[in-house]
Amino acid sequence: MRLFSTDLHIHTVLSPCGDLSMSPSNIVERAAAIGLELIAITDHNSTLHGPIVRKLAKKKGIMVLFGVEVTTKEDVHCLCLFEKDKQRMLIQDFLDQNRPEIKNNPDLFGYQLLVNEQEEIIEEIEPLLISGINASIDEVEKIVHQLDGLFIPAHIDRPKYSIISQLGFVPKELKYDALEISKNTSMDTVFKNYSYIKNARFIKSSDAHTLNQIGASKTFLNMDNLSWNEFKMAIQGVEGRGIVLS
Amino acid sequence: MKVSEIVEKLNLEVYSGQSGLDRGVHGGYSSDLLSDVMGHAEYGDVWTTLQTHKNVIAIASLKEVAAVILVKGYKPEADTIKQSNEEGIPILGTSKETFEINGLLYNLLKK
Repeated sequence: MRLFSTDLHIHTVLSPCGDLSMSPSNIVERAAAIGLELIAITDHNSTLHGPIVRKLAKKKGIMVLFGVEVTTKEDVHCLCLFEKDKQRMLIQDFLDQNRPEIKNNPDLFGYQLLVNEQEEIIEEIEPLLISGINASIDEVEKIVHQLDGLFIPAHIDRPKYSIISQLGFVPKELKYDALEISKNTSMDTVFKNYSYIKNARFIKSSDAHTLNQIGASKTFLNMDNLSWNEFKMAIQGVEGRGIVLS
Repeated sequence: MKVSEIVEKLNLEVYSGQSGLDRGVHGGYSSDLLSDVMGHAEYGDVWTTLQTHKNVIAIASLKEVAAVILVKGYKPEADTIKQSNEEGIPILGTSKETFEINGLLYNLLKK
């Protein structure tokens, strides 16, 4: 058992707010350079860049989780993480079916680009990815767990698009696996402001939109090896596995 | 003015919390950010929102608002209805947008 260095919240050029330098190959190079061993690709309401990042990262020995930062009906951002491509495709179908018909305006929001290994643009995604989908936070939690994924409300301390800003407090009944705090805060501050969630499990990630932000805030996971099962146990804090925040 | 009079005058749906229809209304507040409502709604307000999550009632109860009005035809979720009945805080509904229902409410309450 040892500590693995992870960043579980990284955007790519597919997110309109993602910097144009955030190509799959650049992200993998950067993650390798700073010693990350496990990353999650979490674009807004889309999983489409996961597979190529995983393919490129394999050569560097970095494990990649398929992820997405879902904007729920309540405008709450939630990280949803998966192991297998089958699950990724099923959550992608769910997102596509529940997507409101709003077109992206790149001048206002930025480009939503899919690129290949050579960093050539292969598609520009038309529907706006940052708007709330037609599904509640409870519905999103249910489908993520049905697909054996992990459900983690994002940057809960932030004054916008967080579960606390949108819903006032973290609902007691919500079945989350962990809560993410943003890189700008500390556990002390979170405990001070929200003592009622002191028994929750917490991760801290970079929410990187530019290359130099990757790994700016990390979560260390105490695991036996790099695998989904070990990851899950570490997030859940069972069998001696666990989370250590940077 | 009582909640029931507002229901009647503005032709609102009553989804739940009927036991609270006698509550007195002293003003209004509009916001869809529950964190904001927690800080700024006041006792006896009628709260217009499009949020339907159960937390709406927890915050309505905390701030002792008179009633919640869901706009644009939004309907409360099942566990929101349950909590509204338990707390006796009515959830009302209108097909009108927030802007329009607020205008009507304002005119009604300022009299």
